[in-house]
Amino acid sequence: MSNVATFDTRTEAKIPVESPLAYSYRRSGAPAPTAKSRVVLRERPFLGHLVLRGGAIVLDEAVREVLGVTLPGEPQGLVHDADGRRSIQWISPDEWLVIVPGGEEFELENRLREALGGAHFAISNVGGGQTLLELEGEAARELLMKSVVYDVHPSHFPVGKGVTTVFAKTTVILRRPSEERWELVVRRSFADYTYRWLLDAGDEYGIGVER
Amino acid sequence: MLYIHCPYCGELREEEEFHPKGQAHIARPLDPDACSDEEWGDYLFFRDNPRGIHHELWVHAVGCRKFFNVTRHTVTYEILETYRMGEQPTITAEHPEGRPSRDAADQASLREGVRA
Repeated sequence: MSNVATFDTRTEAKIPVESPLAYSYRRSGAPAPTAKSRVVLRERPFLGHLVLRGGAIVLDEAVREVLGVTLPGEPQGLVHDADGRRSIQWISPDEWLVIVPGGEEFELENRLREALGGAHFAISNVGGGQTLLELEGEAARELLMKSVVYDVHPSHFPVGKGVTTVFAKTTVILRRPSEERWELVVRRSFADYTYRWLLDAGDEYGIGVER
Repeated sequence: MLYIHCPYCGELREEEEFHPKGQAHIARPLDPDACSDEEWGDYLFFRDNPRGIHHELWVHAVGCRKFFNVTRHTVTYEILETYRMGEQPTITAEHPEGRPSRDAADQASLREGVRA
């Protein structure tokens, strides 16, 4: 076990927390979804985001033991656990992004550290720096076609794939957890920009925001 | 727009995701203290500027954020091959059609390099 100091970033105290989009909702509004909405946008704030770095073989063993899923070793891989709430995604040959329900990340980090022991690795909690947006609906792909440079055609972007790419003038991690749902992991400092871009680009599909 | 094959992501990606980082395969002098000023100056500041095949260092800045090598034709802008750090190019100015001898030992030496 390494002697790295860890701490839980979530406090017990009753401090009001606001999602990265709190300001955007107030300033830009959030049009409610209607029957005509062909795409729906939803933020999934306050999830636990961890970045794992290290060798694939060592991490795979620990992730299997702690999370019960295999580490996606192939580029652009995205794996979910049985109930679909925890995911692990290939980011680069020695880097993976783990997203778990909010509040689980500290315990997960500690368990991973224990399982990894003295191996050469790094785990960082990046939950405060990014947020997850979800796009759902038949026009979601059309909306993405206007926004990202990556080819999102189903033949090129099957379910279970995730890439880091250019979105408008910023970057996002784009992933496809299921047939009709797309996820965008955006930096919180660019969350407002991304949100406003999506509202503008989704206008023609009657985009609605579920809150 | 160019499509560039990232050897780490294993697929063709938009040029927008990459940054060029200058000439590749510049070896740091093993003993800098033993270098003359001219040798050290050449290492630090002087780069090739060929007309034709050139080996460059690029980074997949939006993506896997790994550095890799690109063999590029400076006249046509054509990217002839991309390969990982630590590997040697198969296409060079001497062998613009690729290396003639590509036996097993040769392949092994190409693959030998820094593994992530």
